[in-house]
Amino acid sequence: MDRNAASLPQLEDLGGAAQPLLRVEHLTKHFPVAGGLLAKRRTVRAVDDVTFAVGKGETLGIVGESGCGKSTTARVLMQLAPPDSGEILFDGMLVGGRDMSIAEFRRGVQMVFQDSYASLNPRLTVEQSITFGLKAQGISGAAARKVARDLLSKVGLRPEIFAERYPHEISGGQRQRVNIARALALSPRLVILDEAVSALDKSVEAQVLNLLVDLKTEFGLTYLFISHDLNVVRYMSDRVMVMYLGEVVEYGPVESLWARAAHPYTRALLSAMPSIDPDRRTQTAPLAGDPPNPIDPPSGCRFHPRCPHAEPVCAQTKPPLFAVEDEAHRAACLMIVPGSGHSASARLPSAMRDA
Amino acid sequence: MDAHVNVTAMSEPGPADAPVNRASRGYWANVARRLSRDKTSMVCAAILLLIFLAAILAPWMGLADPYKGSMIRRLRHLGAPGFPLGTDELGRDMIARLIYGGRLSLFIGMSPVVLAFVLGTSLGLVAGYAGGKVNTAIMRTVDVLFAFPSVLLAIAISGVLGAGVLNSIVSLTIVFTPQIARVAESVTTGVRNMDFIHAARASGAGDFTIIRDHVLGNVLGPIFVYATGLISVSMILAAGLSFLGLGVKPPEPEWGLMLNTLRTAIYTNPWVAALPGAMIFMVSICFNLLSDGLRSAMDIRN
Repeated sequence: MDRNAASLPQLEDLGGAAQPLLRVEHLTKHFPVAGGLLAKRRTVRAVDDVTFAVGKGETLGIVGESGCGKSTTARVLMQLAPPDSGEILFDGMLVGGRDMSIAEFRRGVQMVFQDSYASLNPRLTVEQSITFGLKAQGISGAAARKVARDLLSKVGLRPEIFAERYPHEISGGQRQRVNIARALALSPRLVILDEAVSALDKSVEAQVLNLLVDLKTEFGLTYLFISHDLNVVRYMSDRVMVMYLGEVVEYGPVESLWARAAHPYTRALLSAMPSIDPDRRTQTAPLAGDPPNPIDPPSGCRFHPRCPHAEPVCAQTKPPLFAVEDEAHRAACLMIVPGSGHSASARLPSAMRDA
Repeated sequence: MDAHVNVTAMSEPGPADAPVNRASRGYWANVARRLSRDKTSMVCAAILLLIFLAAILAPWMGLADPYKGSMIRRLRHLGAPGFPLGTDELGRDMIARLIYGGRLSLFIGMSPVVLAFVLGTSLGLVAGYAGGKVNTAIMRTVDVLFAFPSVLLAIAISGVLGAGVLNSIVSLTIVFTPQIARVAESVTTGVRNMDFIHAARASGAGDFTIIRDHVLGNVLGPIFVYATGLISVSMILAAGLSFLGLGVKPPEPEWGLMLNTLRTAIYTNPWVAALPGAMIFMVSICFNLLSDGLRSAMDIRN
């Protein structure tokens, strides 16, 4: 690595615009749960056979209840935890294989964490936190400091005030801006935002979201935006993926998903969204109970114990991700699969039944 | 700590910084300021400094020869003419013996803690940072030593190695290393799971760099506090080994050994016989209070 380089160049675009920046194929991560001395060893199926793609320059939102595997997906993607199985392809190159080492992949992908305080070393100044990654990548100290100060002004923090500050001396919103600057320091192509704005209060959240939108254009970034806040996801995302108990239950372009959510879980999530309009407030809880234990997920469709449309067939057959209207919008529900045995599938319009 | 100081020193102040806002202080500068405001800690630090300086400068203080006894002036009482703190059972000047004794006592008391600090921190860091099987291997081995009471373990090891200054340092190091390793491991495990370590790993830094820049600065503090507290225990154990004849041999002046040889005079001259014990007590209580003060000075939350 050239120690005199002023900053890290962004990784080269290889496959062109049509090739997804990130492809995730059958990603699985199970965590063993220590049983008793004589108990059987059991596993939490945190992420189970998850497949998706993120196009260049788009923002993919991932939503779901807490414990649905959103954050585990992010951590496995970042190689912070090794996947049990599955493949990650970055711009067509297999990560951890011959094409692309994990170290190279980490230059292309950076992450912003939810807890702005825990994600900054309390013993380092803001500037030291940002320059750490650059120095680890072989950039000289002086050049790294220059990059750090440039980035601080890009994220709206005056370097002369903030560079020498410690994390406990600045506010939560400012800390999250520092975290964003740190993630951008390595010139990534993909930024994973794991609940990056969830801990901020609403006015600060809006500022940081707008900052993220601006930075995306300026640096030509692609976002993987993980959140439980549907309003925020709708604002930020081009496409949305809904997860439930470690599985993808529905994905599609944001407008199509909001207008024609096909999975009962997605519909329940959307109807649970708080509204300012009193006439549109939901009076009844759309979903009863907590998500089942991911140690022993329900058979068939994992949502069936909480689903208002559940029928016996749902407990037996695992629904595939089936096209709702076009290929871009898919949902895993037997009600939209013709001939699945669910009574609702018999009432599907004939055009869809023939599909 | 050293790693931290270096990192701080590298950041250039920049001319634009000064007028805008107060300069932020580094963590350790903050700790030092808070500690200096604590009266108890400062008194203890002053007493310890005095004892240390006296021990170091003993040969140049114009003291009597601590080895030279006289049968005609044995066991003089406190305040005897020429001997303000009396003489011991062989007629040696107690002031000289106590001050010279500090050299060996402090050395035997502190060096095991310093050695154990280095060893235990390394073991605990590796165990805590690596986790998994490495952690189990290191920590279960350490637990074996934990099964013995420290006094018993120190006596047993010293007994096997034989009497001597070096051997008692070795045995006390073996006693304290597991304790420090245990603390280091638990602090490191806590820090390792923080998001800033994940972020550092995601930036492509190697384990060594991450430990140096991110882990060390956050774990050394608590371990250091714990080790400071151990010095008092170590002083007492070292004196105990000497008392039992497993440490320093006569006629060397050493507080534990002096306590042993003077014990025959406990009924005839109790005040003089208690003096070495008072020194041990003073040094260990000062280290204890200083470690308490350090603990609260380091507990800075926002």
